[in-house]
Amino acid sequence: MTEACEILAAADNAAVADVSVETHRAVERFLYCQADILDEKRTDEWLGLFADNGYYWMPSEEHQIEGDGMPNIFWEDHDLMLMRISRNSHPRAHSQAPHNRLNHVVSNVVIESENADGDIIVRSRFHCTEYFRYQVRSFSGKYRHLLKKTSDGYRIALQRVDLVNREGPYDYVLQWWL
Amino acid sequence: MIWTTEKIAGLVEPDRAHRMAYTNPEIFDLEMERIFERTWIYVGHESQVKNPGDYYLAQVGRQPVIMIRGQDNEVNVLYNRCPHRGAQLCTARKGNTGNHFYCSYHAWTFHLDGKLESMPARREYDGTNLDFDNPEFHISRLPRAANYRGFWFASLSNEGLDLKTHLGESTAAFDQLIDRAPGKETEVVGDCFRMVQQSNWKIFLENQLDASHPGVTHESTGKAAQRIEAKKRDEGEEVPLELTFLSDFARLGHDGWTKFGTVGYRNGHSSLEGYMGLRPDDPDTNEYVRRMYEAYGEEKTEEILGINIHHMLVYPCNSVQPPLQQLRTIRPLAHDKTLTEIWHFRLKDAPEAIYRRSLAYYYLVNSPSTLVNADDLFNWWKCQHGLDSNASEWVSFHRKAGQDEERDGIAYSAPESMSELPLRHMMYAWRDYMTADTGAK
Repeated sequence: MTEACEILAAADNAAVADVSVETHRAVERFLYCQADILDEKRTDEWLGLFADNGYYWMPSEEHQIEGDGMPNIFWEDHDLMLMRISRNSHPRAHSQAPHNRLNHVVSNVVIESENADGDIIVRSRFHCTEYFRYQVRSFSGKYRHLLKKTSDGYRIALQRVDLVNREGPYDYVLQWWL
Repeated sequence: MIWTTEKIAGLVEPDRAHRMAYTNPEIFDLEMERIFERTWIYVGHESQVKNPGDYYLAQVGRQPVIMIRGQDNEVNVLYNRCPHRGAQLCTARKGNTGNHFYCSYHAWTFHLDGKLESMPARREYDGTNLDFDNPEFHISRLPRAANYRGFWFASLSNEGLDLKTHLGESTAAFDQLIDRAPGKETEVVGDCFRMVQQSNWKIFLENQLDASHPGVTHESTGKAAQRIEAKKRDEGEEVPLELTFLSDFARLGHDGWTKFGTVGYRNGHSSLEGYMGLRPDDPDTNEYVRRMYEAYGEEKTEEILGINIHHMLVYPCNSVQPPLQQLRTIRPLAHDKTLTEIWHFRLKDAPEAIYRRSLAYYYLVNSPSTLVNADDLFNWWKCQHGLDSNASEWVSFHRKAGQDEERDGIAYSAPESMSELPLRHMMYAWRDYMTADTGAK
């Protein structure tokens, strides 16, 4: 099993950790900055948010606990994320021109656990409005981040994104992460 | 408009089709009546309903149906309607009904084969025409249901070709989905992806065998895949096969697709030859071939793996991609709206790496975050809207028109060409279905 998935699966997803105000602020700031980076499509910074072996994961089923080897809406490591950025930015990515606009609001931030190394599991909720090809669409769901503490701040070991309408049907394609 | 046989036939010419075939809602209704509610429509694979009581909802033509496994282990295809007051019996897309159907409106219950079992206040029916043995009071079965090696189809017509005759040469696609498994069995992986195309169902089918589009439509994805390939090579990493499937789009360019022949079979089915290097000399593939040899012997294995199909279109409802264990089925919703179910299959006893390879392709091409289909979907949307324009009445299928070779009722594309044969072939079949005189009215 993927190590980060295993950690999330083993953790209590209803837990509320007693952490310092500073830690809580730092984690919140990280989540807000991630949303901002995505909304503004600062793609180099986006990749820098993830640990070297980090994953962005949107499972396709509720009770799924592993991304690897399963059908997913998203299951992307650095290389796949880089490929997505390259493709979406290519002048002949005709379906993506002009790019969409995203607008995230992230809230309900609850830190689930903080281990001795300072690694964090945090859950939150998001609402995202997308404007694309003259249409406004909205997405919402929950995030669960496994954040590794490094000397350089937090890095995402795993971001799990559960869309409320996960099972579809999809009358759109998700070309950027949510 | 009154759509006489002549008028419908006039929509198809040898090298072009009239836009009304794609844009007219009345034509769509006639297609449902004369094609989708007459011929064989794919319902699902037996592995979607493994245990008695397991069901999966589907649609045949415009009819909502239930595929359910009965107590006797047989698969039944039933209309999703209670014979009492008409309520749908199952609304969750899949599940298990237990050992009977239970209608949530008045608690009528039915056996899993549809027969009426009981209802409250049963005695109040004494002296009425309600009869437990009368099929009128059962959940109706579809007129015909049959399977080809576990792939279930149903027909809303009592008449017509039997399933195997209808499928004809296209059975090769299903054979491949099974025979490529060393364990000689296949099963669905999880649930399907469901995507709604904002376009006519024929536009999708036409795209599937159109070898002249990938180098153009998917150029950006091909280039991005090449970039990641180069990065991996620089870092001394192996390049996974699924990346080369995508980088092929750029490598073969706009003109490099001429060597993949297309074939048009009876009843509207058609195929595109394989182009992916699916039998590279790597340890995973070699281990897979070794297991195949063990299961089938060398000669039979080579025969199975020698079949070179990239896509088989099973008219009018399936696009099967056997080398990557994918099956797409369409559920047309309107003239400009088509629901697709996209399934991935797992070959029993194949090495894990072989499964991972096709799963990765399934993700990249067909997940809702697809880096490939996104551009197809946009093309189809553009075609649907473009065809509403009055600029021209016709859609062109001229490439290599008049140069298809026909032998024994099967049409072959001209050699070394990106022939539009499958597009013409499907429209000819469409015309035949739409104008067939079945004697029914």
